[in-house]
Amino acid sequence: MTPIEKSTFSRWVPLLAAAAIGALLLAGVILSRSQDREALPSPLIGKSAPTFDLPVLHDASYRISSRELLGEPYLMNVWGSWCPECRVEHPVLTRFAETKRVRVVGYNLKDEREDALRWLEQFGNLYFVVLADYSGETALDWGIYGAPETFLVDAKGVVRWKHVGTVTQQILDDEVIPLLDRMDAES
Amino acid sequence: MRRSWPLILLLALLLPALAVAQAVRDPSPMQFTDQAEADRFHDLAGELRCVKCQNQSLADSNAAIAQDLRHEVLTLMRQGKSNAEVKDYLVARYGEFVLYRPRMDTKTWLLWFGPALVLLAGAVVVVNVVRRHSRMAAAGPPDSIKATAAVDEDQEW
Repeated sequence: MTPIEKSTFSRWVPLLAAAAIGALLLAGVILSRSQDREALPSPLIGKSAPTFDLPVLHDASYRISSRELLGEPYLMNVWGSWCPECRVEHPVLTRFAETKRVRVVGYNLKDEREDALRWLEQFGNLYFVVLADYSGETALDWGIYGAPETFLVDAKGVVRWKHVGTVTQQILDDEVIPLLDRMDAES
Repeated sequence: MRRSWPLILLLALLLPALAVAQAVRDPSPMQFTDQAEADRFHDLAGELRCVKCQNQSLADSNAAIAQDLRHEVLTLMRQGKSNAEVKDYLVARYGEFVLYRPRMDTKTWLLWFGPALVLLAGAVVVVNVVRRHSRMAAAGPPDSIKATAAVDEDQEW
């Protein structure tokens, strides 16, 4: 390398370095704007769903275990009467449940039984069955840290998808329905 | 003193906003059997991140989930689990994110060694610049030193 070549190259180095740092900052700004930047990716995806045995909200003398839900996929929606976002997604999930594409299981988290029943009476019960987790102990096994959260579990009991936050029609159309189609094709 | 009242009133009005989207349960305080257990718990909880309010550690957070996870951590400690086992338990459920000090693997090595690499690159640049200048000063005739100095003044960056 002749001295002249070297000096033209080294003149560009600071500019390139500044551009790289600028790109990094821009990426940070763009990423921090995305709505679900606080949503954690679930380490459970692709693994067997945690086993559970929970009472049914409407009749606590019945219990349902994870084994009983095997055989067909189910969408498990975590909600609570204390959760304002759950009201937002409720009509969307109701419309989806009415298509009978997949069983929608309710997971009532850390609620008072009366409050939960009143909530369903007021807004309508879209669920195939509602499981009640008053202590939130089973929720820890699922990595649930609030509501709403929604899981898709396949017929073999493997967690295939998770969404933290409100489920919108777009999420159903773009993510859930194509995944259900793929799961149908697999079996 | 009187001037701070509007501020206090404003803060009091904002308090309910903090209560949104968290299950309400009685916040039972942690009960420790002895000081050693308390110390170990606080060390551990300080290294774990609250999954709900992600800029706080498990020890600092008032979120309902942090409350639950604190109790879970203490329960696991009492079952004789080591600190590493407690962390593994949480990572299996909530992912690597719960660790304030991320583990070293293919995804995090840049995070661990990035600053050192930048420092090293800076050192290489400095050494090169110094070496070039001393070579020029040694090789060039006396009047060319003046020229080098003039160029240096132009290039302050």
